[in-house]
Amino acid sequence: MSISIKTLPNPEHFVGHKACGGCGGSLIVRWVLKVLGEKTHVVIPAGCMSAVGFIYPQMALGVNAIISPFAATGAVLSGIAAVVRAKGLTDVPVVGFAGDGATADIGLQSLSGALDRREKIIYICYDNEAYMNTGIQKSGATPWGVRTTTSPRGFRPELDAPKKDLLRIAAAHGIPYAATASVGYANDLLKKIEKAGQVDGPSFLHIFAPCPTGWGCEADATVQLGKSVVDTGLWPLLEWESRQLTINRQPKKFAPLEEYLAGQGRYRNITEDEIAALEAVRDRNWRELRAWNIHSSVNPDFG
Amino acid sequence: MSVQFLSGNEAVAHGVRLSRPRVVAAYPITPQTVVVERLAEMVEDGDLAAEFVHVESEHSALALVMGSAAMGVRTFTATSSQGLLYMAECLYYTAGGRWPIVMMNANRALALPWNIYGDQSDSLALISSGWIQSYAETAQEALDLVIQSYAIAEDLRVRTPVLVNLDGFVLTHTYEPVDVPEQEQVDAFLPSPDFPVGYPGTFNQENPQSLAITAGPGDYTVFKFKQHQDMVAAAGPIREVDERFIQHFGRGVAGLTEGYQLDDAELVIVTLGSIAGTVRTVVDELRTEGVKAGLLRLRYLRPFPTAEVLAGLFGPQRSAKVAAIGILEKDISFGHQGTVSLEVKAALYEAATQGALPPAINFVAGLGGQEIGLADIRRFFTALAEAAQGQQKPLVQFLGMEHAQ
Ligand SMILES: Cc1ncc(C[n+]2csc(CCOP(=O)(O)OP(=O)(O)O)c2C)c(N)n1
Ligand code: SF4
Repeated sequence: MSISIKTLPNPEHFVGHKACGGCGGSLIVRWVLKVLGEKTHVVIPAGCMSAVGFIYPQMALGVNAIISPFAATGAVLSGIAAVVRAKGLTDVPVVGFAGDGATADIGLQSLSGALDRREKIIYICYDNEAYMNTGIQKSGATPWGVRTTTSPRGFRPELDAPKKDLLRIAAAHGIPYAATASVGYANDLLKKIEKAGQVDGPSFLHIFAPCPTGWGCEADATVQLGKSVVDTGLWPLLEWESRQLTINRQPKKFAPLEEYLAGQGRYRNITEDEIAALEAVRDRNWRELRAWNIHSSVNPDFG
Repeated sequence: MSVQFLSGNEAVAHGVRLSRPRVVAAYPITPQTVVVERLAEMVEDGDLAAEFVHVESEHSALALVMGSAAMGVRTFTATSSQGLLYMAECLYYTAGGRWPIVMMNANRALALPWNIYGDQSDSLALISSGWIQSYAETAQEALDLVIQSYAIAEDLRVRTPVLVNLDGFVLTHTYEPVDVPEQEQVDAFLPSPDFPVGYPGTFNQENPQSLAITAGPGDYTVFKFKQHQDMVAAAGPIREVDERFIQHFGRGVAGLTEGYQLDDAELVIVTLGSIAGTVRTVVDELRTEGVKAGLLRLRYLRPFPTAEVLAGLFGPQRSAKVAAIGILEKDISFGHQGTVSLEVKAALYEAATQGALPPAINFVAGLGGQEIGLADIRRFFTALAEAAQGQQKPLVQFLGMEHAQ
């Protein structure tokens, strides 16, 4: 029986943490540990998930876990994986949960090293699209138009698609498995975690993780936003496996962007023209994805 | 035991091989590279059963071996200069997490200006990072210090990482005959490279652990006080390990300092690292001329051996009073004095209550590989003799810059 939200094991491995109500990141940590189980070894760099989970003397993780220096998630994961290898341990998933800043910016070098070495690790980037723990600053994963405390009027660079494409970056390392997922599509997410756990080598998951505190949305909007971001075509659900790209969900027609943007304070002062421009960027992105998809299926070596 | 002709770097590599770390990760930087290359060779040749991990930076190197240490195994890394500073965050981190990691540092100047040659400003910049710091005088001592460092770091009373320093080029690249112990000897000296289950700071399969945690203001102080206390107390285990090493291997120095012609010396140079060898030679020469010169070598700067320094300079075993002290180091803490001078003078304050202190001069020499010759050290002793006679001298003197001082 394949994993789904209905068959998710009961034991909790992330409880008593101090994350805000509706925190997408903490939901991801909780779900992933349910799938991967009690033998999992966890690395979490500086950021919200470490800040809310390891406050002495009350530890929230029920599995072996360590906070890594902000830039060093990939390296600390590799150090654990090296001993798993040296001792011939089996069934010990080594998983990292890093924010988008920890992944796309300061930790990119260390992630690249770990992927390049083919470490047997699962690297999960929970993407709340800003540096939340330090108070909502712009990161390399902040989308166009978003208000943060360092882009108070809305981030409007000349580049029309500023958010770093982490899936392509991971795929460019030629790793066996990389995927995107969203908390709004739980079963898809859980299946991808299960798959990542079975891969021999590094796997990379980029997961959409709403942050009510940083986004100015309702605490109960997390799952809804996680759905609408996919339905509007802003967050394609993808898998890159054996050098082939699969688009897991191909909406026939995208839901209007307003559905997703409304109810998020961080998009409050975006204009209609700007929304139209964002739609155009989205459509271009999908054309490119489909081309990548066809290209990689026709000739897998060119993924 | 076999005598081999080895450079300081190679001696370190042999010390590491004999200590059997399970994971080695390091990033290349001159003049440390040879250690890493030799270890990679040893792993490829099957002489060392370790995971050798090619990392993307020094920051990653130390973070990586920290992850391995958290898994409960012995580890090694090595660096120098820019690399040591690049991993600075991880030095404080691993010390705070109390992982018994051993690292070799090839002492090298810091940019700017760029300079690949030896001086001690790199490790001295990180003297407060919570790592035990030792400084080798010879390649033999470097090999021995590596083995001793594992015994010290992993001691449950200590649980503190150790930085073994070798002067760049002067020691790392100079060849000398080195006694390389047999594997069985080292195996009998060191515990298993796999820490026992339940070793503090390691993951536990039965009883999962959260490591590298967060602590608020009150608890933070408790952790830091404990770290400081254990570092201070580490002087005891260091001496024990030294004594056990001498018994086991038939060589070595017992203690965090070493005196040479010290007990009746009137003019004393306090120094560290390989330059101590040159000072010894000058002391011998001066002694034949009737000058009572002596040397106090600091083997360890952390924990700082205050009691040993004071005993060496003012202890009851002395047959003459020290008339002037020179502190010779390859470092300057800009705007004040050399770091070692500041350390030694802080220790001297403890003795100040017992009477007037002799004058002390800080000799800053050897920066960026500047050569320190026998004649230079003779001049330092002359300056000390003049200071002892009451002449006013600059408190900090840069070798080669006398005209500007
Ligand atoms: C070397 C270093 N630089 C900066 C910081 C400060 N810092 C801690 S957490 C954080 C933000 C983390 O952002 P992200 O990785 O996106 O995770 P989130 O907090 O959003 O979960 C920053 C900037 C740090 N801890 N270490
Ligand atoms: S600020 Fe955002 S990411 Fe951080 S704990 Fe709160 S909801 Fe989660």
